[in-house]
Amino acid sequence: MNSKINFIQPEYLHSGHYACPGCGAALAVRYLARALGPDLVVVITASCWSIIAGMPPLSALKCPILHCPFPSAGAVGSGLRRGLDLRGKHSTTVLVLAGDGGTFDIGLQALSGAAQRNENFIFVCYDNEAYMNTGIQTSSATPFGAHTTTAPYPLFKKGAKKDIMHIMAAHGIPYAATATVAFPGDLEQKFRRARQIEGFRFIHILSPCPPGWGADSADTVELSRLAVETGFFPLMEIFEGGAPVLTYRPEKRVPLEQYLKLQRRFRPLELQQIETLQQGVDEEWERLLKAAGPV
Amino acid sequence: MPVELITGNQAAALAVQRAGVELVAAYPITPQTAIVETLASLHAQGELKGEFVSVESEYAALACCSGAAAAGARVFTATSSHGLAYMHEMIHWCAGARFPIVMAGVNRALGGPWCLDPDQGDSLSQRDTGWLQLYCSSAQEVFDTIIQAYALAEKIMLPCMVIYDGFYISHTYETVDIPDREEVQRFLGPPSFAAQVQPGLPANLHGLSTGETQAKLVRERHRTMKEALAVLKEINARFAAAFNRKYEPVEAYFPGKIKNVVVAAGACADTVRWCLPRLADTGLIRLKALRPFPGEEISLLLEKQKIERIVVVDRNCSTGMGGILAQELKAALYPLNSPPAVYDLILAGGIDFTPQMLQRLLAQREPHRGFAEIWGVDLL
Repeated sequence: MNSKINFIQPEYLHSGHYACPGCGAALAVRYLARALGPDLVVVITASCWSIIAGMPPLSALKCPILHCPFPSAGAVGSGLRRGLDLRGKHSTTVLVLAGDGGTFDIGLQALSGAAQRNENFIFVCYDNEAYMNTGIQTSSATPFGAHTTTAPYPLFKKGAKKDIMHIMAAHGIPYAATATVAFPGDLEQKFRRARQIEGFRFIHILSPCPPGWGADSADTVELSRLAVETGFFPLMEIFEGGAPVLTYRPEKRVPLEQYLKLQRRFRPLELQQIETLQQGVDEEWERLLKAAGPV
Repeated sequence: MPVELITGNQAAALAVQRAGVELVAAYPITPQTAIVETLASLHAQGELKGEFVSVESEYAALACCSGAAAAGARVFTATSSHGLAYMHEMIHWCAGARFPIVMAGVNRALGGPWCLDPDQGDSLSQRDTGWLQLYCSSAQEVFDTIIQAYALAEKIMLPCMVIYDGFYISHTYETVDIPDREEVQRFLGPPSFAAQVQPGLPANLHGLSTGETQAKLVRERHRTMKEALAVLKEINARFAAAFNRKYEPVEAYFPGKIKNVVVAAGACADTVRWCLPRLADTGLIRLKALRPFPGEEISLLLEKQKIERIVVVDRNCSTGMGGILAQELKAALYPLNSPPAVYDLILAGGIDFTPQMLQRLLAQREPHRGFAEIWGVDLL
């Protein structure tokens, strides 16, 4: 894996954007925009990025941004791509940016429609595992055991996080990948690869959210790293809906508790719940290794 | 110019093809489906160029159109009833974002229970969204209005619904004069509005705004919409010169001295027009444009006549208030010194409007004073 990153590249994210300190989603877009380059247009659906982008006429990105309503991202991306093609702008990359709500929940229908039609754009889900822009409400991307404002203590999120990669892979799209901000080289490489591929591309980015996860804003990269090292969020690529290809294999997986204990959203977590979560990660990791086959 | 025997839906599809639409987003719903089927067939034969997208919902149809319009493309979609209701969020958004989209809205009742009859409540529920609304009363008018709608929408940068009754117009065969593509292109030209999304040109389109900014945008949209009546009249005149067919945002048929006026939109207006020679002292005001609302024109038309009563044909009902066209009309009566009695004939559920209903209503010797609500279903 290439985790080297060149910091003397052009930047497309302005300083002074509206993200919270330590925002994983702001970092994610900073890296992916560097990989995609200047001939980029970004569709943003209702999410933290509706705010991070800033108030017009100001803008946080050095490229055109088209905002759209919450459930519409996949369909607006489809129309914009085809509209640009009608005007001969075939080389422009169309990127659709959605949070986990706009991907796993309210945006799933339009996402599935666009994926099934193999529309020629990149759909990015920056996943902070709840409705963070509205103040930490449960989404179907919220992991088991987490507290949110709609699952306050003594309640907690019941049921597992929806397996969006499985769902997207089942569409047989040319390219699907996971990435996260602690591995910027890996992230950028995936976007450079995605840019070269025709058709529908889906990239799922785990984006730690300090206020939503109850974490220190200095721990964003550490949380992102631990999510991968524990096997909670494996880094992979899936081509044409085939077997997953792991882009990073931890030598020895770190116990999940280390990841959980940095986040107040999992407190108080009973030993039994930690075991349930660890068991879930172990099973999923084994299933993934089996599906991926030998290196 | 060839005259063809076709349905309102086929007329709509041919207008879209003649207008040089570049992207059609299609999703089926009765009674609109034949429009997108006809367009698909034209696309398959290579007669409809550009993009034909079979999307996964009506909501996606309009969202897809919005994306392409943001890139400067001329786009079209069509829907009815539940489909139109499902689009509601995007309908607001497209007006606010000033995308000059044209959409055919074929009237049909909203459930529950399921009903296919042509209640106008679906399109009237979208009255306040910032879209232009033009109601048609024949297949010919559907064809002509779609062509005009592109000229209008792209001139003032507001989206336009071209609306007509399900089945009575959508599925009824009529003779329609279909000019060829070149003639229509001479009238309309290619899309000339600027693309909002221009690669290489940073912009933060439709991002977060303050209430104050929003207020200014709404005011600008409102004023533009009100001025659209004059723009529509210019387009009507230009269209009449090119194709020899004349329309007005509000059309009056006053055969001599009259005491009664029937106000109607869509297919019902055509029924009234048929009745006029068979009725004494009765005229018709046909509302073609509902947004912008031609209130002043209606006031002026009524002021010149000594009208005793107005019958409003409302194939809709705003529950708890009554017929929606009657509500709108009452605003136009406000400037009159002695406003006539208003009978609101409510045909909610999309029930048939018959000449007998009108005859029975007008035969009443002593008109109600003020306002009376009459349910068409009681007159069947």
